[in-house]
Amino acid sequence: MSGSSNFQSNSKIVNWIEYRLPVFSFMDAQLNQYPTPKNLNYFWNFGSLAGIVLVIMIVSGITLAMHYAPTEAEAFTSVERIMRDVNFGWLIRYIHVNGASMFFIVVFIHMFRGLYYGSYKAPREILWIIGVFILLAMMATAFMGYVLPWGQMSFWGATVITNLFSAIPLVGESIVQLLWGGFVVGEPTLKRFFALHYLLPFVIVGLVFMHLWALHMHHSNNPTGVDIKDEKQDTIPFHPYYTIKDMYGLGVLLLIFAFFVFFAPNYFGHPDNYIQANALVTPAHIVPEWYFLPFYAILRAFTNDYVIYSWFLQWFMSAKLAGVIAMFASILVLLLLPWLDRSRVRSAKYRPVYKLFFWLFVIDCLILGWVGGQPAEGTLVLIGQISTTWYFAHLLVFIPIIGILERPKPLPDSIAASVMGSHAPQAAE
Amino acid sequence: MKTIKTLSAAALAIGVMGGVMIGGNAQAAVGGPKPPSLDWSFNGIFGTYDRAALQRGFQVFKTVCASCHSMNLMAFRNLEALGYNEDEVKAIAAEYEVQAGPNDDGDMFMRPATPADHWPAPFANDKIAAISNGGAIPPDLSLINKARASGGDSAIRASLLQPGGFPLGADYIHGLLAGYKEEAPADFSLPAGKYYNEYYPGHAIAMAPPLYPDGVEYADGTQASVDQQAHDVAVFLNWVSEPELEQRKNLGIKVMLFLLVLTAMLYALKRKIWANVH
Repeated sequence: MSGSSNFQSNSKIVNWIEYRLPVFSFMDAQLNQYPTPKNLNYFWNFGSLAGIVLVIMIVSGITLAMHYAPTEAEAFTSVERIMRDVNFGWLIRYIHVNGASMFFIVVFIHMFRGLYYGSYKAPREILWIIGVFILLAMMATAFMGYVLPWGQMSFWGATVITNLFSAIPLVGESIVQLLWGGFVVGEPTLKRFFALHYLLPFVIVGLVFMHLWALHMHHSNNPTGVDIKDEKQDTIPFHPYYTIKDMYGLGVLLLIFAFFVFFAPNYFGHPDNYIQANALVTPAHIVPEWYFLPFYAILRAFTNDYVIYSWFLQWFMSAKLAGVIAMFASILVLLLLPWLDRSRVRSAKYRPVYKLFFWLFVIDCLILGWVGGQPAEGTLVLIGQISTTWYFAHLLVFIPIIGILERPKPLPDSIAASVMGSHAPQAAE
Repeated sequence: MKTIKTLSAAALAIGVMGGVMIGGNAQAAVGGPKPPSLDWSFNGIFGTYDRAALQRGFQVFKTVCASCHSMNLMAFRNLEALGYNEDEVKAIAAEYEVQAGPNDDGDMFMRPATPADHWPAPFANDKIAAISNGGAIPPDLSLINKARASGGDSAIRASLLQPGGFPLGADYIHGLLAGYKEEAPADFSLPAGKYYNEYYPGHAIAMAPPLYPDGVEYADGTQASVDQQAHDVAVFLNWVSEPELEQRKNLGIKVMLFLLVLTAMLYALKRKIWANVH
C-alpha cells in the first residue's frame, strides 16, 4: 500500500508494540496522513457513509438475533415480541429495517458517483469490481433478511425469487430444492436464510477491507478525474480535513435516517408484511423491496412479445430464463465497465456527450424502479421493455461508442490548477 | 455556493430515488376508493393517543369485535397504557378464562386470566373460526392498522408529506367500519352472504355490519353513533398495532434536535478547519 508515515511516539508501550506489529504507523499512514485530493465534493462522502451504515446494520442485527427465533411457528411472533416486550426493541428493529434502505440509497449514490466521475477506470478497475461484488452480497443479504420476519411478503417474495432458479435448464429444479431445503418455502428455508443472513455481512466486511486496500493503492479519484501529480499541491491529509467532512456528512445522513426510524418507520416497507405468512393466501401484488424494483422490472420485461426476446433469444431459451439471465446480467455487466468505456478521460465534467447519456441512464434506472413496483399490465410492460433495452444499450453500446467518438473538453493541468481556476471571479463551469 | 449546489443535488437524488420507487410500492397495494382522512390525535411528530378514545375503543373491541376476532399479541398487562391502573387491569383480566395446565393429574384446566396472560382467542383454531363465520376467517386484529396501512392510493407518499408515520391504517379501519351500505348499487351483483362496503377492496365483505347506533353503552357517557364507535375502535386498534408510538415520537424529537445541533456544530467545525484550504 502506498503512503508513508513518519510516525513517532514517546510511549514505551506504543513503541514496544510498534516494533513487533506496526499497527500504529499503519493507521497513521492510512487514516491520518493519508493524502487525499483537496477538491473532493460531497458525493465523496457516500463511501464512508456506506461503511458506517454497514456497522450500524451489523450491531443492530446482532442485537435482534439475540431475540429472534427462526422457526415457522415463532418467527413472526418473535419479531413482534421484539417490537413490544424487548426494551427499546422497536428502536433496534426500526433502525435495522430502515438501515437497509439507507444502505442502498447511500450505495446507489456512491455507484452513480463512480459512474459520473469515471472512478472505475484504470488503475481502479479492481476497486470497482470489488464494489460490484459488495453490491451483490448486499442484495443477497437484504433479500434473505426480508424473509426473516415471516410476513406475507417475506414468504411470497422468497417463493417468487427462489422459483426463478427453476428456469435454469437441467439443474434448475435441484437448485431450487437446495435453496428451499425441501419442496416448498418452509422452516428449512427460513433457517438457512437466517444463518446466511448472519454470515454474509461479515463477508461484506471482508470485501470492504479489500475495497479500501485497492482504494488506498492509488488514492481517491476526484471531480476532475486528473491524477495526483504533486502531493503537496494536490492533496491534503485525510485527518482532520476529511474526517470532519465525513462526520458532518454522517450528521446529515443520521438526520434523514432518524426521521424515518422515528416518524415514518414503515415508509419503505409493505403493509402485507404485517400479516403472518400464509401459504394458502397469495397477496394481490407481490412486490420486492424498493431497492430491487429496477432489477425486478428487467426480469419482468422478458415476455414472449419483447422484441429483444422474440427476435433472437427465443431460439435458445424460455422468456423466463431470459429474464433471469438479464436480471443477473444487469449487475454482472458492470464488472466489464472498465473495459467497455474506451475514453481515457475519467470525469463526465469534460465529457459533454457522456454527461448527457449519464443523466439519461439515471432517469432510465428511476423509470425501471417505478415500473418494477407497478402491476405488469398494459403500457407499463412496454415502458419496462424500452427501459430495459436502454439499460443494456447504455452499458454495452452507447458507452463504448461515446468513448471512441466523443471529443472531450481540455483537462486542467492538475488538481491544484482546477481548484485555483474555480476561484477566479465569475468563472464559468 | 458549490457546497449548497452539491448538497441539494444529493438531497434531490435521495428524494427522487425514495419517492419515485416507493410510489411504486404504495401503488401496488391499492384496493378500493380512499377512505376519508381523519385528523387523528396520534398524527404528526407530536402525536399522542387520546386516552378516553382508547378506553372507548377498547370497550367496542371487547363487546363487539372480540366475539369473532382474536388479539393474540395483546396481553392484559398492556392495557395499563390505556390509563387503567393495576387493579382495574386485574379486574378486566379476571373476567376472562384461559386454559392452563397440565395440573398434577395431567389434565388441562381453565382458570381466570391474570395481567400476564394474553387476550384469549374466541375460536380454538382457524377451522372452527371459518365454520362459525360462513367460511371466512376473521383476521387477528393485533396488527390490523399496520397491515392495512395503504388503504388508499399513493397513501404512503401522502403520509410522508404530513410527517406522521402512517396513520392511514386507522383511516381505513374507520372508513370500513362506518362504510357499510344497506343496499349495493344497482349495477353491482353482491354474492350471497356478503355485505356491501364502500372501502373494502372489491366491496363484497363477509363481515356483517358490526356497529349499530348505541350498540355499546359508553362508560363515559359519549353518544355511541356508528361513526363515533368506528373512530374509537380505530384509535384502539392503532394503539395495539403501534403501542410504542408515543415513546417513539417523543424520543424522536429529542434525537432530531440533538442531531440538528450536532450537525450544525460539525458543519461549523468543518468550515473552520477547511478555511485555509484551496
